[in-house]
Amino acid sequence: MSAAEPILEVANLVVELAGDDGMLRAVDGVSLSIGRGEVVGLVGESGAGKTLTAEAMLGLVRCPPGRVTGTVRFHGHDLLELGERELARIRGKEIAMIFQNPGASLNPVFRIGDQVVESMALHLPGARRDLRQRAADILQRVGIPAARTRMRDYPHQFSGGMAQRVMIGMGVSCTPSLLIADEPTTALDVTIQAQVLALIRSLAREMGMAVLLVSHDLGIVSQMCHRVIVMYAGRVVEQASIGTIFRAPAHPYTRALMACLPGLDGVARLGTIPGVMPGLTAVPSGCRFHPRCAVAEPRCAVEEPVLRDVGDAHRAACHLARRAGEGPRVQAAAMSARNGEPG
Amino acid sequence: MARSIRVDDLPLAAPTPGPSAAGAAAPRGRSRWWRRFARNRGAVFGLGVFVATLLMAVFAGVLAPYDPVAQGVGPANQGPTWTHWAGTDSFGRDMLSRIIYGARIALVVGVLAVLLAMVIGVTLGLVAGYYGGWVDVVIMRVMDGLFAFPIIILAIAMMAVMGFGVKNVIIAIAVGFIAPFARVTRGDVLGVREEPYIEAARLAGVSGPAIIARHVLPNVLAPIIVQAALRVSGAIITESGLSFLGLGPPPPTPVWGSMIAEGRNFIVMAPHISTIPGIALMVTIVGLNLLGDGLRDTLDPRLKR
Amino acid sequence: MIRFVLSRVAQTAAVLFTVSVIIFALMRMIPGDPVLMLLGDDFTEDAYRQLRARLGLDRSIVTQYVFWLRNILQGDLGDSVLLHDRVVTLVWDAFVPTLTLVVASMLVGVVIAVPSGLVAAMRKDSAWDWGSMGFAIFVYSMPSFWKGIVLIWVFSVHLGWFPAVGYVHPWQDPWQGLWKLVLPAITLGTFFSGLVARIIRSSLLEVLDQDYIKAARARGVRRAALVYRHAMANALIPVVTIIGLQFGTLLGGAVLTETVFSIPGMGRLTVTAILNRDYAVVQGAVLLGVCAVVLVNLVVDLTYAFLNPRIRLA
Repeated sequence: MSAAEPILEVANLVVELAGDDGMLRAVDGVSLSIGRGEVVGLVGESGAGKTLTAEAMLGLVRCPPGRVTGTVRFHGHDLLELGERELARIRGKEIAMIFQNPGASLNPVFRIGDQVVESMALHLPGARRDLRQRAADILQRVGIPAARTRMRDYPHQFSGGMAQRVMIGMGVSCTPSLLIADEPTTALDVTIQAQVLALIRSLAREMGMAVLLVSHDLGIVSQMCHRVIVMYAGRVVEQASIGTIFRAPAHPYTRALMACLPGLDGVARLGTIPGVMPGLTAVPSGCRFHPRCAVAEPRCAVEEPVLRDVGDAHRAACHLARRAGEGPRVQAAAMSARNGEPG
Repeated sequence: MARSIRVDDLPLAAPTPGPSAAGAAAPRGRSRWWRRFARNRGAVFGLGVFVATLLMAVFAGVLAPYDPVAQGVGPANQGPTWTHWAGTDSFGRDMLSRIIYGARIALVVGVLAVLLAMVIGVTLGLVAGYYGGWVDVVIMRVMDGLFAFPIIILAIAMMAVMGFGVKNVIIAIAVGFIAPFARVTRGDVLGVREEPYIEAARLAGVSGPAIIARHVLPNVLAPIIVQAALRVSGAIITESGLSFLGLGPPPPTPVWGSMIAEGRNFIVMAPHISTIPGIALMVTIVGLNLLGDGLRDTLDPRLKR
Repeated sequence: MIRFVLSRVAQTAAVLFTVSVIIFALMRMIPGDPVLMLLGDDFTEDAYRQLRARLGLDRSIVTQYVFWLRNILQGDLGDSVLLHDRVVTLVWDAFVPTLTLVVASMLVGVVIAVPSGLVAAMRKDSAWDWGSMGFAIFVYSMPSFWKGIVLIWVFSVHLGWFPAVGYVHPWQDPWQGLWKLVLPAITLGTFFSGLVARIIRSSLLEVLDQDYIKAARARGVRRAALVYRHAMANALIPVVTIIGLQFGTLLGGAVLTETVFSIPGMGRLTVTAILNRDYAVVQGAVLLGVCAVVLVNLVVDLTYAFLNPRIRLA
């Protein structure tokens, strides 16, 4: 499924961080778009630059010492051009973000209710008393029992799952058109994970809200998202609809990620990706994945592949990826052959 | 979410040992540390000041133009001139010579007091942390008690009991600094004590003191060094304070604190007598504090921002 | 909270006990025989033995300690040999000016430290940061007794703005009292400001790095509210603690500063007593000073617990 009307378009986003010896490129020319109401997954190993990409969109990367270039178009504005003041009007109101560690994302010295009301009062009109009522309603909606009473509690009195519900409640309290969820369930127990994800999904559907789900867990993404963007070492290596990516992954890295998933038949076919993702100080030449790639050719170490169309709304950055029907694909992982051609 | 496997959790097939593996790690770590330290301008300045003070103290006999205790080498209470760069005091002694020799006392007292406190405090901390139990309780309660004394007040009380003189100043200050060393050491030993290699050594029948010396101490050294560096300036300030109160080394020993105190009576007609030794003291302290901060920021990763 | 309070009170009692033992031990280490000193040159063997028994010096060391402690707990610190007055009175009269100076210095220090620490943290690595941290380490490293002399030289001798020396209780003559307190309070207060400004800066920087600050920013909280409400509320908790814990350092600094400005406080009392071998006064002064420090630390700990909801509600 392709996005009909993008609400957010990121082009050539570069995020550099200050290292011991100069600037390091953590995100290197990422482009992506998110359609209205679309749920998009951003996948990759930790250190791939997913979180930085998400944070840079909202201007949350501190500059200096960091540096962010490129464009992030949202409702006709380039968010990277906006000042802190204008950005503050968009953050929380138009684009909300929730984070990996819900317990640490709430200010420990303020009561929960005050924090929810504070973020609503920033963007919504109305007396504080009405906002309190609405805050209670929202907390009830995100599944916090006895919400009125619990509003008087402090964050440390909430479990991780409950804290993440509060964060989600705060996030959706101003009905944003995009929710960025950065590893929203990574810090939670498996059973709680499913509940929180279901909550995000149902809220998104109810409100027609787009979601950018940042995750390292392809399993979660496959259940939640319409479309997937795969990142590796600061670059987008593949993007396609969820169906395409599972049927015909074009990039060896994506295939390797999927090889790590237990099969649908329940039989674990645990594969592993040899080696580790390169650090920012030692980015390999050519294709950044080539040292770990099972099918790398000599030119992969020299020429850097560009992201190009390999199918309908399917792009990949690999020399060996072929357009549908362009002739035999280099057969690397057996499973991609088994899955057949995209289209 | 039954079918989800986290990419991060997966076992890595083969940890690829590259050329930059274990062997190269140590020297790289050290030169890294030095580069970080060298980039800290304050710390480098502090190191320079410390080295300069050290040289001044060591070569005081060569550098000082006059005998620091000889009276009447010039007219009394004279401001800086070409013959007496820092002027003379009320006894006609050469201030510059006294300041140069004063560096010797300041450094000897500062460094020795901290070393003494470090040896005692670290030993107590190692014993308390390693053995635990009632030994720990007794030692640390005494340390709590010592810690409650403001350092200068404890030093004053000690001087009252022991009498004046350089040796007693060193002991008085050292006693005040034992507790912080013991606390820092003990805290780290508690962490190291549970490490498997300590357990292994214990099972192999290595004796307690041997384990402490060979396995525990080296692993808790960095924060101790940082602590020592940070305390030297405190020791020198305390020594100057005692001398200023007249409780330090007796006259005519050239001590910065006493020189400042002497000059106080001549603040109207000869302000240089107080101010110039004070500048020497202040520069030394600023340098030591910057050096200590630099060492802390670069050596002790827990305190790094 | 109650459990926390009780455990802190118990700890304080334990520390006070250790302090009393240390002071008692110090007093025992004084060279010379106190009986001989009291008797003077002319005495009989019998008189010696009698006085020794009256002082309890023929008992075991533990018994002596118990007697000593009982006297102190009853408020009897003995008499000054030299000043012919009760030590309790002498020490308390000297403590008031010292405490006044400490409190005034704390105020001066905080007034300087809060803005400079704040600006340094908010503009990290800028000229503001370098300037205020350079100033902080400068005033922090200046020995207070020397700084006092320099201030007297500039503001009393040259400019004649403030009196050089002396002390008047601010509540007896507020104008004169405060006037005379200005230079001493600046002397000690700038030292304190250097210490506190550095702590405020590092505490704020640490808090500004926390996830909840980023999360609040992501919700559209403005920079000012972020720093003054969200960050300060957290950063000030450790700062309040450390300010309180520096009470002892300030007390020590006050002893020196007083001497410069001829304030009749603990410093002058103690030093005079030492030079005159008036040990009861030394003991009383040290005891009161340390007890004050220990009790302030207790108050600080309880304040910390009250400010921190994690402990308050536990």
